[in-house]
Amino acid sequence: MSDNLTPLLDIKGLCVSYFTRAGEIPAIKDFSLSLKAGESVGLVGESGCGKSTVALAIMRYLGNNGDIVGGSVSFKGRDLATLSADELRQLRGSEIAMIYQEPMAALNPSLTIGTQLMEVPMVHENVSAADARSRALQMLDDVHLPDPERILQAYPHQLSGGQQQRVVIAMALLSKPALLLLDEPTTALDVTVEAGIVTLIAELSHKFGSALLYISHNLGLMLEVCDRIGVMYSGEVIEEGTIDSIFTWPKHPYTHGLFGCIPLPHADKNARPLVAIQGQLPLPHERPPGCNFGPRCDFFESGLCDAGDIGAEYVDTDDDPRHRVRCVRWRDIDPDQLIAKADGKPPVEYGEKVLDVVGMQKYYEVHDRSIGAMISGDGIRYVKANETLSFSARRGETLGIVGESGCGKSTFAKVLMGLECCTDGEVRLDGQDIGDMPVRERSPKQLGSVQMVFQNPNDTLNPSHTIGGQISRVIKKFGVESDKHKIQDRMLRLLDLVKLPRDFALRRPRQLSGGQKQRVGIARAFAGNPSMVIADEPISALDVSVAAAVTELLVDIQREHQTTLLFISHDLSAVRYLADRVVVMYLGRIMERGTTEEVFGPPYHPYTEALLSAVPIADPAVEKRRIVLEGNIPSAFETPKGCPFATRCPRRLGDICDKEPPPQRQNRDRHIIACHIHLDELRGVAPVISLTSEAPDQVGA
Amino acid sequence: MTDIVRTITPAPTPGAAFMRALKSFALIRESWVGMIGTGLVVFWIVVALAAPVIAPFEPNATLQPFAKPGVAFTKGGIFWLGTDHIGRDILSRIIWGSRAVLLYAPLATICAYTVGIVMGLAAGYFRGWIDELLSRLADIILSFPVLVLYIIIIATIGASALNIIVAITFASAPGIFRIVRGLVLDLRNRDYVAAAQTRGESSWQIMLVEILPNARGPLIVDACLRLGYVIITIGVLGFLGLGLPPPDPDWGGMINETRQMALAFPHMSVFPCVAISSLILGFNLLADGLREISLRD
Amino acid sequence: MIVFMCKRLGFMVVTMIVVSTLLFLLLEIDAENVAVGVLGPYSNDEQRRLWLEAHGYFEPLWLRYGTWLMKFASGDFGQSIRFNVPVAEVLWPRLWNTAILGFWTFALMIPLSLALGILAGMREGSKLDRSISVTSVTTTSIPEFASAVFLSAIFVFWLKILPGTSGMSSGFEFKQLILPVMVLVIYDFGYVARMTRASMAEVMTQPYIRTAVLKGLPYRQVILRHALRNALIAPFTVIMLQINWLLSGVIVVEFFFAYKGFGALLLEASLNGDIFLIEACAMVAVFVAVATQTIADVGYTYLNPRIRFA
Repeated sequence: MSDNLTPLLDIKGLCVSYFTRAGEIPAIKDFSLSLKAGESVGLVGESGCGKSTVALAIMRYLGNNGDIVGGSVSFKGRDLATLSADELRQLRGSEIAMIYQEPMAALNPSLTIGTQLMEVPMVHENVSAADARSRALQMLDDVHLPDPERILQAYPHQLSGGQQQRVVIAMALLSKPALLLLDEPTTALDVTVEAGIVTLIAELSHKFGSALLYISHNLGLMLEVCDRIGVMYSGEVIEEGTIDSIFTWPKHPYTHGLFGCIPLPHADKNARPLVAIQGQLPLPHERPPGCNFGPRCDFFESGLCDAGDIGAEYVDTDDDPRHRVRCVRWRDIDPDQLIAKADGKPPVEYGEKVLDVVGMQKYYEVHDRSIGAMISGDGIRYVKANETLSFSARRGETLGIVGESGCGKSTFAKVLMGLECCTDGEVRLDGQDIGDMPVRERSPKQLGSVQMVFQNPNDTLNPSHTIGGQISRVIKKFGVESDKHKIQDRMLRLLDLVKLPRDFALRRPRQLSGGQKQRVGIARAFAGNPSMVIADEPISALDVSVAAAVTELLVDIQREHQTTLLFISHDLSAVRYLADRVVVMYLGRIMERGTTEEVFGPPYHPYTEALLSAVPIADPAVEKRRIVLEGNIPSAFETPKGCPFATRCPRRLGDICDKEPPPQRQNRDRHIIACHIHLDELRGVAPVISLTSEAPDQVGA
Repeated sequence: MTDIVRTITPAPTPGAAFMRALKSFALIRESWVGMIGTGLVVFWIVVALAAPVIAPFEPNATLQPFAKPGVAFTKGGIFWLGTDHIGRDILSRIIWGSRAVLLYAPLATICAYTVGIVMGLAAGYFRGWIDELLSRLADIILSFPVLVLYIIIIATIGASALNIIVAITFASAPGIFRIVRGLVLDLRNRDYVAAAQTRGESSWQIMLVEILPNARGPLIVDACLRLGYVIITIGVLGFLGLGLPPPDPDWGGMINETRQMALAFPHMSVFPCVAISSLILGFNLLADGLREISLRD
Repeated sequence: MIVFMCKRLGFMVVTMIVVSTLLFLLLEIDAENVAVGVLGPYSNDEQRRLWLEAHGYFEPLWLRYGTWLMKFASGDFGQSIRFNVPVAEVLWPRLWNTAILGFWTFALMIPLSLALGILAGMREGSKLDRSISVTSVTTTSIPEFASAVFLSAIFVFWLKILPGTSGMSSGFEFKQLILPVMVLVIYDFGYVARMTRASMAEVMTQPYIRTAVLKGLPYRQVILRHALRNALIAPFTVIMLQINWLLSGVIVVEFFFAYKGFGALLLEASLNGDIFLIEACAMVAVFVAVATQTIADVGYTYLNPRIRFA
């Protein structure tokens, strides 16, 4: 077998550039990687580091303005640059296949799934339509899609996101490729769906013997899928090695920095806060000389790190012979010094009750104008966005609301903000019921006392106005100050508060990076001295290193101002890190609520349990029980009569779950689980996450 | 402290805003299509402004009928583009005629935009029955073939500058309404609009300050295209004899008056046609250039 | 789908009724005016009164409108003042002539504009794309009356190979149709070509085209099967709506070339205040426009599986 000798894919010194009006922009510099048959290698890095370009360069699909300007890519010993257009076409889709980030966009909206699947074997292997069809059916079965016959005739938009991604995977595997490129295949999906896809990829690559190149920004996923990983920063691989060597003995300061930014289970906002990497990613055309990470690195030594191009060196201090690092000082850096250590912060004192939600309900009316609905007479259907929510939050407390898309967490935020009115129940803020008080009826003081930090940094600021103007407007509107100079003075102090330079006041949003925009959003939210701030997925659109800085900023300001923080997120790790109390929602209903320790440890609601298991954790010391949920999240129209989770619940008891709403079982003081299963039984469930002995000193807190 | 405040936030003056607009417009240099368009438009604006200086003859004076291009006038001067059937100099009439086009076309476009933007903002922002009502209304007006609509309006209320502006506003506003409404429907879901709502801004403040400025890109491009189309409309109305009342020069009207003789004396109608086509082309190329630039960043 | 079609048809009927009301109000609210129009400016008051009474003009407005609408719906459009014959007698032959003109225009314009649009959109930014784009901007910038003047100057005055008028006085002659069709095609194809190009260019940047290419499909198959099917949905609507534009265009072209069609008839009626003829022409024009819009909308939903199987 020559397979073990010649690598399947061998990339040597690859350089890719895009040619724009501004000139040549190098996207990848000196990229080397080799992949053996059946091996799975991960590429991890923040946005703009060039990881997707690597996949497209292997496929030689770089668009009109991209080109390979140096190095070579050889596949099964053949240099891809020498292939003719026709040879390349025969390689694509049969030897090398790709799986994409947005499954909906990757599928042709006006062709049936069957047509799109069948053309792969028909083009590459010249099989008849009937053979292609049976192959497609078989493959749909292999990716565990129910009712393949029906799916073959369906159009992409008729499937859910998870199903679409399974179809894309089926399409890629139809010709049994030797190499599978995966470009963030689960980023657009919910965590529980993601877990299913990741398991499927691992299972199938094994079954078909395909090698994987898995591209992602999520270090935790790498741990679950890959044998080796390469960490990319600003167009270069700065460190490469086996999972074990990278996670246990990282050498590059950036790799260390990344781990310090991720809210791992042992991080704690008081005792062990996250340590953000200072500065931000350099733009591709503004890279510094020498080490790209230099300006952000604590170990930067001028004259050495910025002297010239830095090559990759082999690390000889661990048992991975292929561990390489691109740092001239890696031998000088003391690993102990590198373990991210920030000073602990005092815990927050909780004050009086600020928010009290009692039996809050929000239904949307949807008018159905189909003939069927007209005949049966249910022309109006209700989307039950929120069903009897009850919980409370105290001054200075951080309340995490966690759930997947469509769980109603954003609707709740809208009611709080007065953008929607609740259908029933009460929402008391500082003792006043504001549940059915639209924003127009609120006084400036009420408006200022509950403010919001939005999700999308590119959307949160008005691109037409200056930063200073937008913050000043808020100050004026809330009546905090009325004198023109005092307003400006306060605006500048708010910029100080979020650690932005004062001259940003004159800038427009497009001159700011995502993290900076989010900081301005935070400054705006705190302009009116709010008693409560709602943060709706404030960091989900940011890169890890930036997200950590924004998270810490939010925590610090909240601590200083004794503000109640309502942190809405789909990211369980972030919630575990930030929140004092957690509310777990599914399809508009609360499944479980309690303090963070209570929710993240047994007894669990079966949904919490599955959610915990689905979240990838970038720590090899953590052991997880694997629970993969079947099926899709039901649509908001078809909320099950009984327990909303009954359709996917692995611990479903029987008919009672489908027909009767579950009782609220009280475990401890404020720890509530809505489930038919008895608490005693739930208490017997083993923890989903356990730390092995490797990191004993980190488990404290 | 206050010193810093003052130094870093100069009050925005109208002059500064104008300079900024000029600067962003200067980007048109990067698109050669846009440059040609700008050139044509600027050329005609200069011609219109300088009409009294550069026109060789009185536009309405009857001098020498049926003169071919290049013929010299007995009392001095040359009919560079010839004269028409009653002896008026065509070049002078084209030069003076540019004033009418460049006055009424922008005026009509501005009127149509004002109506279209106000209605589009209201429909897109408030949704509900206002949207339903205005959209249906726009659909009905748009279901008329445009020229049929113009002819009926002008034939009923009579041909005059004001009536032409009214008719164009009536017929174009629904199209602008649709564009604005579409943009607003998209922009109203932005988080910065939600942020403005949660600080209790009034609806019109949100529409005019938060939403409208961000819709300006596509609207400016559309305005250029529409300006070209309004010029066509004014020309067509003149050509059909429904335009500005004679004798003042109007490009469409010049073609109408001389089209009977087009087969014998093509110069009488060809030159006004070249004039109007070049101006329309100017606006269309300008729109193309602006779109090209807006797509770049 | 059926509900959607019913809704569209319903909207069509409502539009027609609203338009008819507007027209009726605009032209007939002042009964005196109608009488002057019919009897001429030199008729005396007594004659007008008698005529108005005989034609039911002293009834209340809504009743007048009702009778008018009923007669209209049954095809009785009244008497043309200018031609002094029932309106229907002049209207239908003229409409047929315009249909011939429209047919040839579309027969040339659709293949031309689609082909150019697809070629340009396939490789956005290429030389071919740029030249097609500039050509189409230029041709759309020349109004119909201007290109009619230019083409007449070239083919009639200078080359002397085509007739300058299309009155068809000695029976139908295909040669006389050439210039009017050319004028309409030149003005219209640019717009459709640009729309097709934009649609095609947008589709070519979609991730599913990348999927198709990276599946290893031959380029032909990527274009024909994956790109065109999505790219042609938008131009279909544009082409259908082009019929609406054509109704405007024919007015100019028929007037210029003295072609005895529907557009020239409408113009003549308007210039002469022939009220009943204007009403009939306007209603026909709106009917054609609304009908094509309905077909465009229904066709769009049919072509787009995302809506068809929503």
